[in-house]
Amino acid sequence: MLSTLLVNRLLMALALFQPAAQGEFVPVTPGTATEQLPAGPLVIAAYAIIWVAMMFYLWTIWRRLNKVESDMRALERRRAASSSAK
Amino acid sequence: MRKIFLPLLVVATAMFAYAPYLIDGAAYESSMGLVQKIFYFHAPSGMVMLVSAIVCGVASALYLWKRNPGADHLALASAELTVLYGLIVMLTGPLWARKAWGIWWDWDARLTMSFVGWLIAISYLFVRKYGGPGSDKLGAALAVFGTANVPFIYLSVNFWRTLHPKTSVVPTLPPLIAGPFWFSALALFLLYLLLLTARLHLERQRAALDALYLEEED
Repeated sequence: MLSTLLVNRLLMALALFQPAAQGEFVPVTPGTATEQLPAGPLVIAAYAIIWVAMMFYLWTIWRRLNKVESDMRALERRRAASSSAK
Repeated sequence: MRKIFLPLLVVATAMFAYAPYLIDGAAYESSMGLVQKIFYFHAPSGMVMLVSAIVCGVASALYLWKRNPGADHLALASAELTVLYGLIVMLTGPLWARKAWGIWWDWDARLTMSFVGWLIAISYLFVRKYGGPGSDKLGAALAVFGTANVPFIYLSVNFWRTLHPKTSVVPTLPPLIAGPFWFSALALFLLYLLLLTARLHLERQRAALDALYLEEED
């Protein structure tokens, strides 16, 4: 009984701190409308992601190809050296 | 390969560099405004991701059937590109959604299925890298399942309630938006072919190196 009373009191106290419900919508003055979240940085970030992802992937292919080709050259040098030793 | 690679490199890079100018001049969408410009690379990247997943699955099925190493090389190259284009879709989509929907992500049918398709491509690469002997066949089976997911990704927006725009958006684009969109789509598709050609070359060189090692052991 006492606890119910306390909870009711607490809820009433919290209700006092809540902002008042909006009673009407006020139209913005033409020409002064501003966006809350600017779209520019989102668009720029999206294009930056595409460019960076493409360039990074191209770079990884180039790096892996260089590694394979240097291994091939080393193997061929080793084979040439062993065949000349025979 | 070199004969195709150089003209492809010039054309694809030039188109990719020119696309932002066309997109800048494209008409603004009435309800979304500037943020809708992400669409010009986000949607084509999604289209290329699906095409790449299909290429990977068909090549994998061919490999399972005919045991053709060339098909396996194509499947591996396509899987990497599915992950790359999927990454672009997964990162640019939330940037657009944050402004257009007010949230970064929603677990609706289109987004969830795209995410699952992307995870299948990543798991294919993990299987190929760490799966040991026989991982080529196991990975190929996984890629076939990944391809089976593609129609569900594409049609999900028409069957389930979702925040994502429907498939009817692209065929009904007004000319001021359609021109830059299809230009960007072509640029991204040519870049896909360019990267696929380069990645296939790498895989062939790896196979040649393996053959040289085997010859030396004999």
